Amino acid sequence: MEFFGPTGEAFRLLLSGDAELWRIIFTSLACSLIALLVISPPAIALGFLIAKVTFPGRRALVVLAQALLSFPTVVVGLVLYMLLSRQGPLGFLRLLFTPEAIIIGYMVIAFPVLIVFTLSAVQGADPRVYETARSLGASRWRAALTTLFEVRFGVMAAVFNGFGRVVSEVGCSIMVGGNIAGLTRNIPTAIALETSKGEFAQGIALGFVLIAVAIGINVALAWLQGRGGLD
Amino acid sequence: MFATGCMRAIPICGLIALAQCYATGVWAAADIRLATTTSTENSGLLKVILPVFEAKYGGKVRVVAVGTGAALKLGENGDADVVLVHARPLEDKFMVAGFGSVRKDVMYNDFIIVGPKSDPAAVRGMKDVLAAMKKIHSSGARFISRGDESGTHQMERSYWQGAGVDLKGAWYVSAGQGMGQVLTMAGQLDGYALTDRATYAAYRDKTGLDTLVEGDPKMFNLYGVIAVSPQRHPGVNAGGAMAFVNWITSIEGHKAIADFRINGVQMFFPSVR
Repeated sequence: MEFFGPTGEAFRLLLSGDAELWRIIFTSLACSLIALLVISPPAIALGFLIAKVTFPGRRALVVLAQALLSFPTVVVGLVLYMLLSRQGPLGFLRLLFTPEAIIIGYMVIAFPVLIVFTLSAVQGADPRVYETARSLGASRWRAALTTLFEVRFGVMAAVFNGFGRVVSEVGCSIMVGGNIAGLTRNIPTAIALETSKGEFAQGIALGFVLIAVAIGINVALAWLQGRGGLD
Repeated sequence: MFATGCMRAIPICGLIALAQCYATGVWAAADIRLATTTSTENSGLLKVILPVFEAKYGGKVRVVAVGTGAALKLGENGDADVVLVHARPLEDKFMVAGFGSVRKDVMYNDFIIVGPKSDPAAVRGMKDVLAAMKKIHSSGARFISRGDESGTHQMERSYWQGAGVDLKGAWYVSAGQGMGQVLTMAGQLDGYALTDRATYAAYRDKTGLDTLVEGDPKMFNLYGVIAVSPQRHPGVNAGGAMAFVNWITSIEGHKAIADFRINGVQMFFPSVR
């Protein structure tokens, strides 16, 4: 099994600006970013509410959200596939095998991650922040924003973790996206395909990009948190 | 879709299974590693003929089902003892490079063009595959391609080349997946696809696609078996590989292949020697 040949070829592909390769990278990042942009506000709000408001069934909801953290992405893909299929209840939308379908899948996958991380960040915050803000005449909305700002690094960690989870998942993408070249082929599905073709160079190139994205996310988070500590 | 989606993981699962076999001692030295295309596995052929061989040979055949390109790669790397594939130019290249010790014709089946019942390109009943593909292209209907360098994909590309069609545009959907997923996708997107008859037979009811173009001599699909060269990879089970090659091309092997039916229809035709 040769290893270094394909790895050298991988860097050549990346540096030569191979259009197909960069299109795959673009699809991955665009779908992940859009999904996170859309789902983050409601998920963070819900995480905050679960942390702050007591209601019957709250505990069960927290347990459910935590359980969904490790929900297999292929099952999300399977359920979404059945919903979006021509024979399925949402078949009329004709969304199967489109980037939109992948984005929906990503939102479902990221949703519990965002809720659980926000929840624990808010619960870890000093409860006096919210109370003080209220006593100083802030509206509930304003006080909630103040609390979230106070735990902004925890919330950021939520978003970054959600991004990390969706950008690297393959099961849902391949099922509802279909791995169509130039449309729904993203980094993980392309790696699976290239390996099955016996073409390791492009697989390795994309693997490097995915690792770089993962490291980049963590470095960015650490940097932001480090700056936060100096404030 | 779920089950077929898992097929992507088969090469990896195969390696894990191999490792486990070694660890637990289930693996016997006589066992043969067969790398083959998804069509022989998906259609159910191997499940029927391999037990016949195994009973006679006295060892197990471990099957890794991937595309032709990947199956040959496994042989090239010495990760398989014998390969059963269908892409003659690639097989010849493999032999010339010295990765195989013996290559023999085994059997053939044929390719067909399938598509939606409504047949928007009006190709139903056509006998000339190149003319039919030209017509599909000019109709603006979608065509779903394997796009995975498999034997079927190579065949499809040679037809487009023959028809002189440029494969740019949204009408040409390069799925990069196995035959089953491509048929499922064609059913969902009202598209056309080139498929081997055996896989289509297993997916006909699930996809609602019709056979539209068949019978062109260009659509014959020849399978070859190659024993991986022990000169290149001393670790391979050369004896087992030769036993398999000899059996599958013997009268007994041919009979097992010819007896395999789906809904009473013969799927693979042994090559006459």
